[in-house]
Amino acid sequence: MSLTLLNVIAAVVIAVGFAALNAAYLVWAERRGAARIQRRPGPNINGPLGLLQPPLDGIKLMAKQLTIPGGADRALFIAAPVLAMFPAIMSFVTIPFSETIVARNMNVGVLMIFAFAAMGSMSLLFAGWSSRNKYAMMSSIRAVSQAVAYEIPMLITTITVVMISGSMDLMEIVRQQSGSILHWNIFPIFGNSHNLLMPFSFLIFFTCTLAETNRAPFDLGEAESELVAGFHTEYGSMGFGLFFMGEYANIVIGACLTTILFLGGWNCPFGLFPGVWWFLLKIYLLIATFIWIRWTFPRTTIYGLLNLSWKILIPLSLFNLLFTAGLLKVF
Amino acid sequence: MNSPIQLQPDETFILNVGPQHPATHGVLRVKMEMSGEYIVSAETVIGYIHRMHEKMGEIKTYPQFLMNLSRMDYLGALGYSHGHVLLVEKACAIEVPERAEYLRVVMVELNRIASHLFWFGAFVMDLGGFTPLMYALQDREHILDMLEAVTGSRLTYCYFRFGGLYNDVDDQFITAARTFIPRMRKSLKKYRRLVTDNVIFRKRLTGIAPLSPEMCRKYGASSAVARGSGINFDVRRNEPYSVYPEFDFDVPVFHAGDSLARYMVRMEEIEQSLRIVEQALDKLPDGPVMAAKKPKLIKAPPGDYYQAVETARGSFGIRLVSDGGKTPYRLKLRSPTYSNMHLFDEACQGMLIMDALAFMGSLDLVIPEIDR
Amino acid sequence: MICDKTRQALADLFPPTTEPEPGNEEKPSEGARSNGLVERDYRVHGYHLDAQLDPGQLLAAVTILDELAFFLESITGVDWPATEEMEVVYDFSRYDFDLCRVVLRTRVNRNTPDVPTITGIYAGANWHERETHDFFGIHFVGHPHLIPLLLPEDADFHPLRKDFQA
Repeated sequence: MSLTLLNVIAAVVIAVGFAALNAAYLVWAERRGAARIQRRPGPNINGPLGLLQPPLDGIKLMAKQLTIPGGADRALFIAAPVLAMFPAIMSFVTIPFSETIVARNMNVGVLMIFAFAAMGSMSLLFAGWSSRNKYAMMSSIRAVSQAVAYEIPMLITTITVVMISGSMDLMEIVRQQSGSILHWNIFPIFGNSHNLLMPFSFLIFFTCTLAETNRAPFDLGEAESELVAGFHTEYGSMGFGLFFMGEYANIVIGACLTTILFLGGWNCPFGLFPGVWWFLLKIYLLIATFIWIRWTFPRTTIYGLLNLSWKILIPLSLFNLLFTAGLLKVF
Repeated sequence: MNSPIQLQPDETFILNVGPQHPATHGVLRVKMEMSGEYIVSAETVIGYIHRMHEKMGEIKTYPQFLMNLSRMDYLGALGYSHGHVLLVEKACAIEVPERAEYLRVVMVELNRIASHLFWFGAFVMDLGGFTPLMYALQDREHILDMLEAVTGSRLTYCYFRFGGLYNDVDDQFITAARTFIPRMRKSLKKYRRLVTDNVIFRKRLTGIAPLSPEMCRKYGASSAVARGSGINFDVRRNEPYSVYPEFDFDVPVFHAGDSLARYMVRMEEIEQSLRIVEQALDKLPDGPVMAAKKPKLIKAPPGDYYQAVETARGSFGIRLVSDGGKTPYRLKLRSPTYSNMHLFDEACQGMLIMDALAFMGSLDLVIPEIDR
Repeated sequence: MICDKTRQALADLFPPTTEPEPGNEEKPSEGARSNGLVERDYRVHGYHLDAQLDPGQLLAAVTILDELAFFLESITGVDWPATEEMEVVYDFSRYDFDLCRVVLRTRVNRNTPDVPTITGIYAGANWHERETHDFFGIHFVGHPHLIPLLLPEDADFHPLRKDFQA
């Protein structure tokens, strides 16, 4: 595929479209899912099954006035929501949905996604810092310490997978898992590593994804009972909307990455008919799990969260890394 | 985790929690001096919805004041009315028919369950779990429907009269109450599986804000705050009133004194209240629900009178000073949460803000009841 | 019984001659009764012991109750404009099953309503005293933070005084 201008534009449009559509309709799915869990109807007025709710919400948000608190750092205040959405959209460019559907494959895809994911915490810091609000400030400090703490085990776990595959190319990682569920990195019995600890790796990675995307039970950044609304306390209008969409776009990225690294991407669990539908099925199952967890568990504490990362997840993932390295040497 | 930390004074900042803040459940303000996420000191500011019920008590006649009591605590209103009618009946020596007294107990206990259910939901929501609130409200709805059918209102009841009740219950209420009891027991099992046994929930509450019995005594704490600290104090048992001695129920006491203990006490109390309702419905005597002999104009003889009752939030006391007139000379309302909340300033020192707010939730605050 | 113990302990505060007959009911509207300890009928009044003290004796009496493990229920005031007096009422009760409710009351001049604070003994008296100060203007000498609690912070009126006009 030669990199023409048209190609680039098409890739960006598709990525932005997919991200925005997902973000908008995940809000709907989340609200419907929460309502189902809580035995109430949820949004069901606008359109069939309330499907017109997200665009109408968007119109409402856009029609609202964007207030900037007095004494706020205007430039950063405006930049923060954009920064929240931008890396999430950029990450979509390199995610392979199937053998053929990928905007731009590159041989350091993993690296690129993590680079952009790290930018996400910058936006939280900017938002909290520039709002000139103590709750927002506390929240952003929490969010950054949380992001730092959880990026480490996440990266170590990813390195484990990269080591097994010998490639940072997302396509290549999926290709090596082709076949049934027993070839996937989550249960690599016929895979190349034979590492029986991989299910734990998957759990670590999944937990870190929850924490990285600031989802309950790790939503310390926007713990509404203590920090009002966290870093976006002072945001209204589309500023808030962008944060919201960024959050959901990040969830989709997290689910995609989990699927690619551990769940065999577009491969069928029985080794038949691989295709993009399997990929979509997997990511939406993961997202459903995210929603399910959010509406079931209470929130952890900030020290509980950091303890979990530094004292449990990091040592475990390091051990797993060494173990995998040893196995790769032996076999 | 909760150890006080050494600080330089210039490293702290003031955080105003409230008067509009999701965790305060109303218009309560806590001025916290913070060092990062740690609370160095806190000062609770109350009175935002102070309505001077005590002055109204001096202006209104006895029957006119009946409805004020249910405006104090909008979640467990009947308990407060109960204290008021018992006090005036005691002062004026009005005999209450037995059926009325049994029905009062049934209503108060149902109201207590409703109040505890709402607290349970709101408390778990403070901790970030939103779903239990919806389940709790659904159960509470059954109680409100029952009470509405009998008393005519859903929240601010004015059901008790001096000498009896506003009206008798019908068979429909009895059936509804009887079907409610097993349903509630089933729900309690569900809450235990969903919330009480949840590891995150337990970790967040265990060891948070342990209150010593001595501290409870100095502040006059009651309800689950005292019972969670190992004090076996329940006005229904310690100072029996109404027909409570007729019933077989336990007073749950936990000794840890932390927020989890307070939670466990209230959850156990729901079960005990169910037991009381069950027994009261079984023993419910026939007869009138209004005293036959009742003075036309209620006037308490000169003197002062005190009545304490156990409401959903603790020991509610009402002191009446009468000069023999149509209106009380002085009416003092001792609200339980007033004393329970007072603990907060001292107890939350050195805590993380999120633990402090979990602690605040465990106190079961209803702000109009503090401010009166 | 704790009630007898408390009565004996509190009786030490009074010279034996001033002790009135038990059960001798007085009408509050008749004005100040003399200081002393009265046993009340619990079924009628809802409390057992009723002690009226000098403001100077208050701390001693509260210390006695503290040592006997009473808890503070509430503090309140009553205005008696007829005798130009204000009464401060302290309610105490117990956590155990040995029921005994004690009421301490003290009367001060309406124009100089100074009462010693008991916050040093019962930390929980803090808010109760502030509230009583709000409503009656009774000044609790030595209170650490006697600013309006329930009333607005700039309130200079005392609504429960009988001569208060809204």
